[in-house]
Amino acid sequence: MRYVARRIAHGLLLLAAVSVVSFLFAKLAPGDFYSELRTDPRISTGAIEGMREQAGLRRSWAAQYGEWARSVAKGDFGYSLTYGGPVAPILWERMRATLLLTGTATLAAWLLALPLGVWNAAVRGTWKETAARAGMAGLIVMPDLLLAILFLLLAVRTGWFPAGGMRSAGFEEMSGGRRAADLAWHLALPAGVLALGMLPGLVRHVRSAVASAMDAPFAEAARAHGVGRRRRLFRHVLPAAAGPLVSLFGLSLGTLLSASLLVEVVMGWPGLGPLFLNALMERDVAVALAVGLFSAALLVAGNLIADLLLMGFDPRVRAQ
Amino acid sequence: MSGRARWALGWLAGLHAIVLAAGFLAPYPYDEQHREAAYAAPMGVHWSWSKPFGPYVYGSADQPGQRFAVRFLVHGRLFGVDPPGLIFLLGSDGYGRDEFSRVLYGGQVSLLTGLLAAALALALGVALGTAAGYFGGWVDGLLMRSGELVMAAPWLYLLLGVRALLPLHISAVETFGLLIAIIGGVGWVRPARVVRGVVLGARESGYVEAARGFGAGPWHVIRRHILPATLPVTATQATVLIPQYILAEVALSFLGFGVGEPVPSWGNMLSEARQYHSLLEHPWLLAPGLAAIPILLGYLTLADALADGGEG
Repeated sequence: MRYVARRIAHGLLLLAAVSVVSFLFAKLAPGDFYSELRTDPRISTGAIEGMREQAGLRRSWAAQYGEWARSVAKGDFGYSLTYGGPVAPILWERMRATLLLTGTATLAAWLLALPLGVWNAAVRGTWKETAARAGMAGLIVMPDLLLAILFLLLAVRTGWFPAGGMRSAGFEEMSGGRRAADLAWHLALPAGVLALGMLPGLVRHVRSAVASAMDAPFAEAARAHGVGRRRRLFRHVLPAAAGPLVSLFGLSLGTLLSASLLVEVVMGWPGLGPLFLNALMERDVAVALAVGLFSAALLVAGNLIADLLLMGFDPRVRAQ
Repeated sequence: MSGRARWALGWLAGLHAIVLAAGFLAPYPYDEQHREAAYAAPMGVHWSWSKPFGPYVYGSADQPGQRFAVRFLVHGRLFGVDPPGLIFLLGSDGYGRDEFSRVLYGGQVSLLTGLLAAALALALGVALGTAAGYFGGWVDGLLMRSGELVMAAPWLYLLLGVRALLPLHISAVETFGLLIAIIGGVGWVRPARVVRGVVLGARESGYVEAARGFGAGPWHVIRRHILPATLPVTATQATVLIPQYILAEVALSFLGFGVGEPVPSWGNMLSEARQYHSLLEHPWLLAPGLAAIPILLGYLTLADALADGGEG
């Protein structure tokens, strides 16, 4: 329990540090939301200064950070100048979309990677392994960005899948089942791209973790005792291989969220990625900060979950 | 070094040489526009057995049936055709610029960004990782904590955020330098952690103890005994980081935060492919994305060969 509490406290501290550093950096950036207005001849310099004053941009940085932190604590996550309201409602919606996309992709990738990796470990040293390796290498060298564009082209050309977006027109009027089907239909391609992007790395790690567990003395002993193949795999080898795989899940989250940003932008998925890009382009600091903080929070939370799972799987970690 | 690693190195060297020689291999400068031939499809090169003997291409739609002989080694370039003929091996973009030439020139930007950013990240990583591992104490604590801070955000969000802090509308050369500084400056954490691990091990080894026993100072020990021990992991890290950073440049330029027009990079060329309607009719605009594949393949093979060999 002490360990869990320490890990959670550590994550929260890290996020607090991230918030301070990113806030400082955002304030150091040249230009703000209002400097874009300067090009508009109808607005005088005095008026812009007035708006800055009103938005509280001329107070000390510490005061501004304090206000922002209060707003985050209240659950508003600051005031968006482009949307003219608190950031939170937009943020939650986008966050749900990103979580749905990355969650589905992760699930699909693991469901594919586990059997593939176990199979790869089982056929080590045969031509089958060489073939599987070549197939995976073909996937690794395909940049996610290119894969996303190709999938989108496929969708548009064949009409089998929607060309981007998350919902069809008239989504609101659909019944529950139709809504889910519509969402799944939109989800298939972006999630597929992400899953395929993750797959080679996962398979490789599953393979090496399972292979080393298979060769371990305890697996040999189980075989010598006449334990069957299936039982040996599920009761002996997989639990032993789970540790490294769980840590891998935490480590690959950053890459997953980054790849997700690209896929969201290419496929028009209304997640955190496009929101972040627009906020950066328009210098909407509140939105950019909130999204940045959320992406970090997702990462930290993912790592925390991985650590806790690891504790569940690995008695050595519990003993510490 | 294994045979496979040597093959991969040769392959990569060849690809880099091709891209480096863009000024000679490309038939056109990267910014030469032929508006009358916008979105021209890739041209086939034909062979004529009668006079004029040799390869030729057909003229565009408004020059029906006209043939233009491909000439070699004219105007300091490997090949080209006489005006008003045009040669677009990979088609042309919306401004009628030769896609083949732009892929070659764009490779210079993308590959160089990857190489230089990786060099920067490795230099920082080795220096900081060695310091953290060798001196330990508060140096170690400070470096590892700041590393955690850097790793707390997904890398693309971090890169975009840092890039957006800096002025957006600047010249291509400045952007290029900025990209290298950002990608490399953010990337030190991973190599630093790996190097730190190796240094921690080397510091306790017999030969380092002995050198210290003979009165060697920390700088001498680090230079003569610690740094050579970090070489293999540094080489492995390089083969992982360079392709990653090439893709980082592609991603940033694709999203509009990288090198800007008219200078081509694989990323900003691909961003034209964001309009999928245009891409459906002009699929050759995907060429810069496909060009990255042989490069990635080379680095992947090299990384694999180094990992299989245990060390470089």
